[in-house]
Amino acid sequence: MHELSIAYNIVQIADDAAREAGVERVDAVHLRLGQLSGVVSEALLFGYDIAAQGTRLEGSRLEIEDVPVVIFCAQCRAERELESIQVFCCPECGTPSMDIRSGNELEIGYVEYSDEPAHS
Amino acid sequence: MWSTAMNPRILEIRKGVLEKNDVLAASLRERFRKAGVLVLNVVSSPGSGKTALLEVTLQRLLAQGYRAAALVGDLATDNDAARLARSGASVRQITTSGNCHLEAHMIGDHLRDWKLEVEGLDFLFIENVGNLVCPSHYDLGEDIRVVMLSVTEGEDKPLKYPPMFNSADAAVITKVDIADAVEFDRAQTITNINSVRPGMTIFETSAKRGTGIDAWIAFLIAQHDALKSPAAR
Repeated sequence: MHELSIAYNIVQIADDAAREAGVERVDAVHLRLGQLSGVVSEALLFGYDIAAQGTRLEGSRLEIEDVPVVIFCAQCRAERELESIQVFCCPECGTPSMDIRSGNELEIGYVEYSDEPAHS
Repeated sequence: MWSTAMNPRILEIRKGVLEKNDVLAASLRERFRKAGVLVLNVVSSPGSGKTALLEVTLQRLLAQGYRAAALVGDLATDNDAARLARSGASVRQITTSGNCHLEAHMIGDHLRDWKLEVEGLDFLFIENVGNLVCPSHYDLGEDIRVVMLSVTEGEDKPLKYPPMFNSADAAVITKVDIADAVEFDRAQTITNINSVRPGMTIFETSAKRGTGIDAWIAFLIAQHDALKSPAAR
């Protein structure tokens, strides 16, 4: 169970970026999560709310984009999406492949924020 | 959205969540490469026989004149380090106080506190915390990630933990001396390993009987020699 520490990393990186950009309040964080990352979304979402407390991200949404595993098949000369991460073979022709083109992602794409109404 | 005062805006970040660890691991790797030390990150479930195999491995490498050391990660206790130190190698325990995996900064910190000169080593073994989930994300600057599984664990282990098996470079099946007693399905295990990680180098060992240890040691020495040869990289 390391999702909480990953959640703290996400919050720290996004909070630092927001501060540098002069953003006071973040509405959402978009995360790209590869199937091979081994991170459990539910546990991460649970940890995120805790980690976000007291930061610019408090109360914000964590939006997770699941990224499938894509390999390059040397036989077909094409990128193919795996049907299962238990079988690293081309789903078309069955050739094994370790030429992984995506699926290891654990990265923050961007954050969403709103223009705050001018302070009165 | 209907409020004119609130316009959604985007701030691009594009950063790996574990970037800090990855950067640190890359600098460790560079240091290890310069020193000519082969670094192995050994991962498995608890009780698969990491310490027993490392004990034999350290003894054998030392007997052949190589210099070897081990960093041993555990949630608590220094029993494994004490056991490995009997081989005569330099051994240091990393107690993670509940953390389920090792991270690159722990390796860097312990090497510094230990005052271990990596330049004087041929091999450094990092025995990770017994866990097949969390250690898979954390690069420790190793050259080779070795995943171990014992014959008692069931042939579907690779299918249950694909990210870990897929990220490993070599697999060691341990405790083969009791394979028959536990009705170990060898062919199915090897099929499953190759399904999750095509082309994985696989060793079949018994630390107790010495089975398969020659091939394992020969592999380590060949990898170490390749690291030292200028044509290697």
